[in-house]
Amino acid sequence: MATQAIMTDLEGPPTRRRSLGSRLYQARMLLIMCLPAIIFFLVFSYGPLPGSYVAFTNYNYRDGIFGSPFVGLKNFEFLIKSGQLWLLTRNTILYNVAFIVLGNILQIALAIMLNEIRLKYFKKVSQAIMFLPYFISVVLIGVIAFNLLNYDTGAINALLQQAGGDPIKFYSIVGIWPVIIILFQLWQSTGYGSIVYFAAIMGIDGSMFEAAAVDGASAWQRIRYIILPSLKPTFIILLLFALGGIMRGNFGLFWNLIGNNAALFPTTDIIETSVYRMIMSQNNFTMSTAVGLYQSLFGFALVMLCNWIVRRMNPDYALF
Amino acid sequence: MTATAATLKAQRAAHPSKQGTTKVKLGASDYVLRGISYLVVSVFTLFCLLPFVLIISASFSSEAAIMRDGFGLWPKEFSTEAYQFIFRFPRMIIGSYVVTILMTVFGTLIGLFVIAMTGFALQRRDFPYRNHISFFIYFTTLFSAGLAPTYLWVTQVLHLGGTYMAVFLQLLMTPWLIILMKNFARSVPFEIVESGKLDGAGDFRIFLQLVLPMLKPALATVGLFLALGYWNEWYLSSLYLGSAVEFKPLQYYLYNVVNTANALKNSVAGANVTITQLPSNTLKMATAVVATGPIILLYPFVQKYFVTGLTVGAVKG
Repeated sequence: MATQAIMTDLEGPPTRRRSLGSRLYQARMLLIMCLPAIIFFLVFSYGPLPGSYVAFTNYNYRDGIFGSPFVGLKNFEFLIKSGQLWLLTRNTILYNVAFIVLGNILQIALAIMLNEIRLKYFKKVSQAIMFLPYFISVVLIGVIAFNLLNYDTGAINALLQQAGGDPIKFYSIVGIWPVIIILFQLWQSTGYGSIVYFAAIMGIDGSMFEAAAVDGASAWQRIRYIILPSLKPTFIILLLFALGGIMRGNFGLFWNLIGNNAALFPTTDIIETSVYRMIMSQNNFTMSTAVGLYQSLFGFALVMLCNWIVRRMNPDYALF
Repeated sequence: MTATAATLKAQRAAHPSKQGTTKVKLGASDYVLRGISYLVVSVFTLFCLLPFVLIISASFSSEAAIMRDGFGLWPKEFSTEAYQFIFRFPRMIIGSYVVTILMTVFGTLIGLFVIAMTGFALQRRDFPYRNHISFFIYFTTLFSAGLAPTYLWVTQVLHLGGTYMAVFLQLLMTPWLIILMKNFARSVPFEIVESGKLDGAGDFRIFLQLVLPMLKPALATVGLFLALGYWNEWYLSSLYLGSAVEFKPLQYYLYNVVNTANALKNSVAGANVTITQLPSNTLKMATAVVATGPIILLYPFVQKYFVTGLTVGAVKG
């Protein structure tokens, strides 16, 4: 699958053609140097793959993975009929769509504004602070949510009460959580994500801005006709790769905000959190493997499709 | 992540010159945009900072004031009560610190060494099968066994359940970090390798004595991401450690203190108080500060490598 482009690109210096065996023997030290990594991925990434077979069995601990009775596609049938698979797929995809759309808009806007900042020190400090949320553990995000939102002592309810209002029971309102989750996701990733667009703006040919200024273009025209079109390739590529990962959820964020609060599941349960719960609190390996396999296959197909589109648009940007 | 870097590289190559070199008279709209930009960037920066202020203030408040007025931006009735609780009976938190620091130091060193070795070998154009090995590693990001088969594999086949090794080993490397290192290593001229060979050095010696010193920025960047992975780890701990070990990695410890009343009480085991007598609100916030503190203090020094990771980034495997 590795592209021919890479092959030809890296074609070695013109040496005499020797047999593969002797070339491998020559490179034995390089092979040995790769060995720890190869063993690592063999053990921790490829090792568990055959276990996906559990999705087609009625797994029980005593009989083990390959001894448990085979049930064919029954598990998937159950997941589809119970509506669970649809709910999880819908939530996972909708959250990702919101993250992608709002995230990119905010990142582009922020990058354009950062580019307007002329005070060097101001720019440096504000950028450093903006990246900070990306740096901390997601557990701390759960702590922040508790600080802001809990019913008895939360900062927002404290403010509301000071203003004479009634406190809100955030942790039992189902409809409000998509907003809260999206806000936290944006809080954590917008600053760091804007780097890419900021760097792309920095890469725009300066003479274009000069020419525009000479022609008397306004700031809005500069953004509309120079900056935004220049960001378009970056945007499309990032978008396509984000679409490739649209079946994968940010487990840590959801789990630390929602946890086991079943009342909120209808709007907040995604594939990752559901699988985690099935394993940790129900010991249900059959269904969790089935959901996981469905996610992997669906995700794989999506990545392939998006990569194919990217390749057709510009082979340089394709992953493989 | 991968596309990003390719895009940037292409754009930089196309337009090496930077903007803003000439002085052109600014119009009214330019001043408006600039004004808005300063305002919005300032507000957004504050917005990013605010939650940290909330947590630190809360940790220095008295529990009684929090129970009465709730959390706020400023410390209410300044008090170090919560910290006194933590540090009077510091056994648990010190244990967590030791576990996390040991894992972070050894994990980063070992992971970095293996990743550097692999990255160096995989970009050597005289290494047959390098593309196959690259794809072998890269494929794991395209298709992976789900959590359930991995969990069964790690606990029932590798028998690592309940051991620190389950966490330590799985964080040693990621395909993305290997690709990142490979791209950094590409900038080392092949002539260096050839000159080493002429001097009769083996591949490993060339790597260790000639190439490794040239990869310092790469080592700093990849090392930072590895260290951050170990320091912020809570997920694998929750899966594989549970309550099997006495001292939990720091973030998992924090997770438990915040989410389970029992862990909150155990965190100050030795204090002869019942759960209702504990300053639970401020204690949670103070634990968060103590568990996060060191990484925030280091942040200004490592921030630059944090950015490099995204901008140098990974081109295709």
